[in-house]
Amino acid sequence: MGKQDTYSHISYLEHKGRFKGIMSWLTSTDHKKIGLMYLYAIVVFFFVAAVLGVLMRIEKMNPGPDIMDAQTYNGIFTLHGVIMIFIVVIPGIAAVFGNFFLPIMIGAKDVAFPKLNLFSWYVYIIGAILGVLSQFAGDGPPDTGWTFYVPYAANSSTNVIFALTAAFVLGFSSILTGLNFIVTIHRLRAPGMTFFKMPLFPWSLYATAWIQILATPIVGITLLMVIAERVLHIGFFDPALGGDPLLFQHLFWIYSHPAVYVMILPAMGVVTEIFPTFSQKPVFGYGAIAISSLAIAVVGYFVWGHHMFTTGISYWSRWFFSFLTFIVAVPSAIKVFNWISTMYGGSIQMRPPLLYAISFIFLFLIGGFTGLTLGALATNVHVHDTSFVVAHFHYIIFGGMGFAFFAAMHYWFPKIYGRMYSDKMAYIAWGILFVGFNVLYFPLFILGLQGMPRRYFDYLPEYHNGHLISSIGAFITFTGLILMIGNLIYHRRRGVVAPSNPYQGVTLEWQIESPPTHENFETIPVIQNPPYLFKKTEK
Amino acid sequence: MTNTSPGHTHQIDSETGKMGMWLFLFTELFLFGGLFLAYAVLRNTHSEGFHKAAAELDIFIGTINTVVLLMSSMTVAMSITALQKDNKRLAIRLLLATIFLAGVFMVNKYFEWSHKFEHHLWPGSEVYLNLERSEITFYGLYYMMTGLHALHVIIGAILLVVTIFRIKAGVQHSGHYVLLENSALYWHLVDLIWIFLFPLLYLIT
Repeated sequence: MGKQDTYSHISYLEHKGRFKGIMSWLTSTDHKKIGLMYLYAIVVFFFVAAVLGVLMRIEKMNPGPDIMDAQTYNGIFTLHGVIMIFIVVIPGIAAVFGNFFLPIMIGAKDVAFPKLNLFSWYVYIIGAILGVLSQFAGDGPPDTGWTFYVPYAANSSTNVIFALTAAFVLGFSSILTGLNFIVTIHRLRAPGMTFFKMPLFPWSLYATAWIQILATPIVGITLLMVIAERVLHIGFFDPALGGDPLLFQHLFWIYSHPAVYVMILPAMGVVTEIFPTFSQKPVFGYGAIAISSLAIAVVGYFVWGHHMFTTGISYWSRWFFSFLTFIVAVPSAIKVFNWISTMYGGSIQMRPPLLYAISFIFLFLIGGFTGLTLGALATNVHVHDTSFVVAHFHYIIFGGMGFAFFAAMHYWFPKIYGRMYSDKMAYIAWGILFVGFNVLYFPLFILGLQGMPRRYFDYLPEYHNGHLISSIGAFITFTGLILMIGNLIYHRRRGVVAPSNPYQGVTLEWQIESPPTHENFETIPVIQNPPYLFKKTEK
Repeated sequence: MTNTSPGHTHQIDSETGKMGMWLFLFTELFLFGGLFLAYAVLRNTHSEGFHKAAAELDIFIGTINTVVLLMSSMTVAMSITALQKDNKRLAIRLLLATIFLAGVFMVNKYFEWSHKFEHHLWPGSEVYLNLERSEITFYGLYYMMTGLHALHVIIGAILLVVTIFRIKAGVQHSGHYVLLENSALYWHLVDLIWIFLFPLLYLIT
């Protein structure tokens, strides 16, 4: 089958810049190449952290120390968290697919500040390297968990400063990306594309970008304060120096809860693109989906206190935060109903991207409902800091954002590389991954309800069965991941040449060549219609 | 209104550039906002120590520095007007004046800090750690806030130097001066933050 290129245009992949080979990538301000550079970095770090996760599961297969001691375990879960949260999931979809497709979907040739875009990639890489270095330089791997709770983070003898600096630097990169996207969306939409004619993936990126620039600086200063506390003995948070440890938790979660929406909003945007395409039907409730993204961003800013229900904050503030936590579930639910309604009565084509998108809904619902369990005051006290929490946020982050990321990879793969992957292989990998995921994380809900604390490297014998099942799930999940990525990597060069619109999508990225040319559009398109107009359904 | 579609031009149009800068300034405000929040909370728990320690600060130097920064904000604003009127030399001179004033500010800061250091009052020193807890907290905040602000003064001054070279090279001119505007905006932020730091740290005793 077509082993050579049959497309006649010169794509961005072959575009000749000033430099050749690897330098043509490292110096490129092309948003598509920068997006792919993020993708490669993120995939590599994802596998590093996934291996750490598997190591933790091996350790927990049997009670008692098996392959590591308690301190090593602390280091591993910290690094797993730092890499997954700050290096993989927060930049995740926005930096990879946002960079690649935001300008194309709004009919622009690049982002507003292409050089700044490349700069933020370098900042990201520096931060990522610092994060990894924290494991090797200085006095041993940090053991505070990714949350860096003070006073322990101020006193731990391990190499916490590197990890703090890494998170700070990565946050800076995230701010710059968000800033770039907001300006791009405001200034570079194609003529005729009003805000409400914009596809919904850019809408979700817009809401995300606002959170990025309004919340990230707060964690930035908080991390700097912890660094100052360690280096200069300035007492902000450590009670021994006159500080207030609760202040740290407030400042930390003011960012880190909205950060959850930085992770999940672009994921919601991705599946919102996928459902109409594979149902060949306009998205149901366009306005509701667009506005609910903003609603999530706004309300999500004011729910951070639900991480602190057991810290002794006042009754009324607990009441308030719990109430808002329930409110923030509403716009998420609106989206879910809209996705389902989009599929209802459509001519559904069950291809791999849709499969991933549907499993996104399934896993996200489980994650979301258990989130309400945690957001309710009484149950929170019961399951606080148990593996119930671990299961909950893995369902949201891995099952939600992760599966949406995989959906996006399969959906836009033909556009990015101009090749098709093997559908059959993708189905098999999905099956293994989906089963493995549930086997891995579902037992943790039950263990948590029974009282298994999180972050413990050992446990009582009665928890053995659950942990064993979960560990088996880890191996299945990992196998699925390898198969899925392998399928994509293999067909990146060897796959059948993809047409410009293999899935009959209607947004702008499907109107240009696969892979796109260096400047995306010969002439900037003029937009007259709302997005998601499919021929069959026009009456 | 239809948008032109840059990404194809090498110069970023001025509206776009300014919007990026304003968003960046928001993030800077939030960065300092975290410190102001910490100030509010810690002042509430340690009001007496804050009162005592703040009285030790040199109001005279603080006032001088406030005036200096306000003047520098004026010169940088005048520089924009000068460039708009195509008076390149005056624009550059006014920028040099701004940088000079930034230098004066930093020198004052240097004297203020070194005066404290002479009394062995730096974070972590013996004298420092023997103070009351609440005073330690005040000095900690004082060093952190003024230190971070001083860092911003330096970055702002560097930006202004770059701008001077761009004006000299003719890249920034009366038709296109987004870099000058952005550096000036940044400089006003530096000024603005000081306007809040000064009363919080020096005047409320």
